[in-house]
Amino acid sequence: MANLKDLKNRITSVTSTQKITRAMQMVAAAKLRKAQEAAEAARPFSERMAVVLANLSAAMEGREGASPLMAGTGKDQTHLLVVCTAERGLCGGFNSSIAKLAREKANILMTEGKDVKILCVGKKGHDALKREFDKIIIDVVDLKSVKSIGFTQANDIASTVLSLFDDGEFDVCTLFYSEFKNVITQIPTAQQLIPAIVKKSDDVEPLDLNGAIYEYEPEEDEILADLLPRNIAIQILRALLENGASEQGARMSAMDNATRNAGEMIDKLTLSYNRQRQAQITSELIEIISGAEALNG
Amino acid sequence: MAELLKFELVSPEKLLMSKDVTSVVIPGTEGDFGVFANHAPVLSTMRPGIVDITMQDGSNERIFVRGGFAEVNPNGLTVLAEQATNMDDLDANALAQHIQNAQEDVNDAKTEDKKQKAQETLDHLKQLEASL
Repeated sequence: MANLKDLKNRITSVTSTQKITRAMQMVAAAKLRKAQEAAEAARPFSERMAVVLANLSAAMEGREGASPLMAGTGKDQTHLLVVCTAERGLCGGFNSSIAKLAREKANILMTEGKDVKILCVGKKGHDALKREFDKIIIDVVDLKSVKSIGFTQANDIASTVLSLFDDGEFDVCTLFYSEFKNVITQIPTAQQLIPAIVKKSDDVEPLDLNGAIYEYEPEEDEILADLLPRNIAIQILRALLENGASEQGARMSAMDNATRNAGEMIDKLTLSYNRQRQAQITSELIEIISGAEALNG
Repeated sequence: MAELLKFELVSPEKLLMSKDVTSVVIPGTEGDFGVFANHAPVLSTMRPGIVDITMQDGSNERIFVRGGFAEVNPNGLTVLAEQATNMDDLDANALAQHIQNAQEDVNDAKTEDKKQKAQETLDHLKQLEASL
């Protein structure tokens, strides 16, 4: 059994840990608000992009010469997995759940005899995957120095992906990120980027044009060829922003748990500290009383 | 009073402007075009250039956009721009930076097709610099 001094030390150390986790929770809560706003602000662009793409692809349907970004390369031998994670840990199962999803997918593909390549965005995903897949990780994008994620970063990643695609390095590209549902729930998601899955125009409410027909400037296929690479950058940006909000949400609830656990631990330690202290006092008293008894007797 | 055009300017990061305006001039890839209310539906890509917005009170607002497209439908005009800067905030330095980036794009382009596209962008930017 630990003595009084040890117990006291442990109580102090747990208390200071609790202080840190509580501070981290509050910082995460503040950052979460910002990240959530950024994710919501980015929605109009990607939504409108989706509508326009749906309209365009409906107009292009059945025509020859669709872009390989849309139609695919005609095979699915080589897969590129873009795994987006955080730069920092201490956010519960956030990073590991994304890495787990990517790992499962990679293993399934490999048992099917496909080639797999991995592009890691964020340090933690790389840390989690490098032991198993070191040979097939082609690149790691570091976002550590980036304060707030914007279109520039997403565009850089997109151009890396696109130049790989142009060189024929892969046929199918899948993006892994964590979708922000709410503070407690973040859903690890796999989304196919190339070939693009465009929502069927049945899902998108067709606009009433009063009988007019869209004019395209330049022609449909040229616009589509211009928009598809942009769409990839937008999808990556969306994933990064969702990830940002998810990370802060996950960290907030993880730190909330940690603070609560530390509180429980402090209660338990204080209880046993007090018990021991009382036991010591009692035994001291008994010694004094029995000593006095001996003298009197 | 003439009918008003519902105009929205959206960048990937946020909705920059949502207003009823009199007219907007869009720098389309195949030439500038003006949009008033009840314009026929058009979908056009944009070259780097200036979106010129005429407000209800007749004042003008000029916004530099780079990359993106404009869509006119019965609900109004939507401009999706990858980069948008108010002309008042755009100085020669920022533009010089854009030009330098474009120049690098031209040098880095691997295929002839891409090179041509990058060159076009560069030309547009230089043109813009000259007009400032």
